[in-house]
This record gives sequence, C-alpha cells and structure tokens, in this order.
Amino acid sequence: MEGSIFQYEFIVKGLLGAIFASITAGLAGTYIVTKRMVFLSGGITHASFGGIGIGYFAGINPVVGAAIFSILSALGVEYLSVKQKIREDSAIGIFWAFGMATGIIFIYLTPGYTPNLMSYLFGSILTVTYADIIALGIMSVLLILYFGIFYRTILYISFDELFARTYSPYVNVFKYITTSLLALTIVLNIRMAGVVLVISLLTIPPNIAMIFTKTYLNIVILSVAAGFIGTAAGYAISYFAGIPTGATIIFTLVLIWITAKGVSHIFNSVKLKSNAK
Amino acid sequence: MSVCLLEMKSVSVAYESNTVLQDASLKVFDNDFIGVIGPNGGGKTTLLKVILGLVKPVNGKMIFNQELLNNNNIGYLPQMSTSDNSFPVTVKDVILSGLMMRKGLISRMTVQDKMKASQVIGELGLAELSGSSLAELSGGQIQRVLLGRAVIGDPRLLLLDEPGNFVDANFEADFYEKLRVLNKRMAIMMVSHDIGTITAYIKSFACVNRQLHYHPSSEITNEELLAYGCPIQLITHGDVPHTVLKNH
Repeated sequence: MEGSIFQYEFIVKGLLGAIFASITAGLAGTYIVTKRMVFLSGGITHASFGGIGIGYFAGINPVVGAAIFSILSALGVEYLSVKQKIREDSAIGIFWAFGMATGIIFIYLTPGYTPNLMSYLFGSILTVTYADIIALGIMSVLLILYFGIFYRTILYISFDELFARTYSPYVNVFKYITTSLLALTIVLNIRMAGVVLVISLLTIPPNIAMIFTKTYLNIVILSVAAGFIGTAAGYAISYFAGIPTGATIIFTLVLIWITAKGVSHIFNSVKLKSNAK
Repeated sequence: MSVCLLEMKSVSVAYESNTVLQDASLKVFDNDFIGVIGPNGGGKTTLLKVILGLVKPVNGKMIFNQELLNNNNIGYLPQMSTSDNSFPVTVKDVILSGLMMRKGLISRMTVQDKMKASQVIGELGLAELSGSSLAELSGGQIQRVLLGRAVIGDPRLLLLDEPGNFVDANFEADFYEKLRVLNKRMAIMMVSHDIGTITAYIKSFACVNRQLHYHPSSEITNEELLAYGCPIQLITHGDVPHTVLKNH
C-alpha cells in the first residue's frame, strides 16, 4: 500500500516536473542559445547559490534567496558591462565565483546539519516538493504568455537590437524583463537539475532542435519536445537505477544530442551521395 | 518643387568627451540622393544615428518635417556587422520587422502586411528564399533582405550605411538600379567607402570628418574647378561618369 502511494507520487511529480521543466527550459533556452548568452546564464546560475546559502542561514526558503540573487546578478552584470565598461565575461566571472563563495560561507555558518545541500548542487527529485512543481507550472504559463504576446518584439530585439531601437524606446525594458524571467526560470529548474547542471538543461534541447530546423518558433517547439523526452527518460532511469536525477537527465539529453547529430550526419552524406549520382 | 524633410542646425555629437560631429548643418529634401563620404571614424554612421534619434546631439537642433516624416517614417539599412546574421529568423520575418515602427508592440501582422512583404520579397528576387533562415543565405542575399526591411514601410527617407560592402558582383548593378528607382519615391542618404561606382545616381555629397561639408551638386562647375588654383586635367576612360569635388 505504502509502495503504491510512493509510486503514484513518483509518477505525478516526475511527469509534471518533466513537462514544466521542458517548457520553461525550451523557451528560455532557445532565447539564451540564439542570443549567445550561455555563459551569462551559467554565471547567473552559480551566483544564485549565494542566495541558497543565505536562505539556509536566515531560515527562509532557499529558492527565494536564489531568485533574488540570480536577478540581482543578471542586472549587476548588465550594469557593470554597460555602465562601468567592465568586460562582460569578466563581470560574469566575478558574480559566478562571488555567489558560490557567499553560499559556501553561509552554509558553513549555519548551525546543524544541512541535508539538502547536495540536492541544490546536483538536483534531486526526492526533495522536489509539490510547491516547487506548482511554481514551475506558473512559470511555464508566464513564459508562454510572455513569448506568445511579444513574440515578434523579442525575436526582433534578439536578432538586431540596433534596428529595434530605431522603432521602439522600450528595448532596454524588454531586455531587463526577459533577463529577469530567465533568471527565475533557471532558479526554479535548479530543483530539477541542480546548480552545477541546470545550464545543460537549457542549452542541450535547443541544440538538438537546431540540428533539424533553423527557424525560431520551430526551435522552441522541438526544444520542448526534446527536453521532455530527455527529462522524463532521465528521471525514470535515475529512479530505477538509483542514481542522481540531475546527472541522469543531462546524461540522457547529451546521448539524444549525439544520436541526433550522428543520424543527421549520415542522412546528409547519403543525400550528398545520391545527389552526386 | 522639392520639400525639405529635415534640417540639422549646427548639430554636435560627443561620445563621452570625444566630439564626433561638430557644428554639422544639413538640409535634406524629398528627392535628394546624398552620398556621405569621409574617413573611418569620421562620424558618417553617427550622422545617420542622429537622424534616426539613436544618439542625442549635445548641441544644435534637429528639425523634422512632421507631415512627411511622421511616425518615424525613415528606412534604415545598418552596417551588416550590427546584426547576428546566423540568427534563426526567416527572410519573411526580417522584412516584416520593417513594419514594426507603425505597429504597437503587441499587435499582430495583418494579411495586408504579409502580402506587402511577399511583394517586396518578389521585387528583390528572394521569392524562393522567403521561408529560409538567414543562416542559409549568402552575404549579398542578406544585404537584399535588409534592404527589403528598410523599404517595406514606404519611408520618405532611406538611410543606407555601407550597403556596397557585401553586395555580390551579380547583384551590384541591380542593387544600385533599385536605389535609383526608389529615389523617385524617397530621399536617400548613403554612407559609402567606394562611392565611385555609383556617382551617376548620387545627386550631392556630404563629406564628413568631424565637420560636415555639403556639395550641392555632383557636377563640376567652372567656379569649382577654379578652386584648385591651378590648371587641372581630367582623364576619363570612355563613358565612366566622373565627379570632382571642390576643396574645403
């Protein structure tokens, strides 16, 4: 009896988690991959660890701390690179390590045992709560609405910011809103894949999608599909094999990427040969 | 009669403490075709950016013809290096983005907008590439797409920044012929390094090197020849059009 309840919870959490993680990571991932913001996103992710540490220390929800840290570091990088003329990649490096250092210090200072620390670093589905899943669900709806309503505006700013500035005075506003939503997406997905691995959850699916298509909307749709397959399969494998969830999901996604790349390579060379004949 | 579209009155632009344009004055009329020439870093691109409102002058005044240039109706072809040309966006979507200045940020493209885009795509000889991503196009094809984006809104003033750099040889004559036709409907200001190849279409010149010198005509008058202060000889090869600018 107890086993079946546990199984039911496993299926519901796993399925919903996979759906929402793949939607949020697909939308946000396509944006950061096409806009070449992967390094910035990695920086935001690691900086958020500072918020997790402070959250533990102060006894507030670590996810809230992480959200505040990630948004502030995203805006901080923008401020340092644009206003203070510090190289953007250097600014990212500073925030990246500063966040990790802050997190480690505060977790060290927190009295008693901190059992969930590893789950924040590497992700663990066992510690994912229904509240986390609901938060990811709300984020999915928010991102779908945002990208749905402002699709062209976001697409055009990503493609050619200078030209967008000739017709809209709101380019910076859009950039700040989008970056903040990205930061929140990353933080919520940390519960699935962990600080160290979450960046792959965002970057691998769009790269799988780009093997097959070269238009933005199709990349988003295929990313969500690839993300769902990788996340759900990785989750199931991790459960039955008893290995860490985040790592298994990333491992599965990379396997899909390599397979897709190989298949398209063979397909293209066959096509070339038949064209040559 | 030609109508004045915009007037710059002793406009100065500085980036931090570095003055890029100083006391630049210029009038642009509705049938102008102005070649903007000058050394790199001389302020040619900045001149276009002031007109577009992308940079604010520290001094001087910009007067726009509110009736003809309402709604920011200026077409702009930036230098190719400013956009990410491997971005996964289709030819059709890039050209449609030229209509964004009339659209609110959340309004959809209408059937008419899409028909207009198809028409522009056809005129540019890109019909077969309409659904292709920019990443699949050559430099010359991308340049045509960006020209389409600049003109789809039927602007009264078209600003071109170094359009010749990526135009492939096959399309070059065609490209400039297109500009000549467009010039019947709109004023054109074109920044170029190699202005030589198209002087036949350019009606006047603006030399920009921090300061702006305007040469109202591309024809050489006796008075302008006298400015050389010595007898000069022009050597031409057959029918190649020729322009000599007076000293400044």
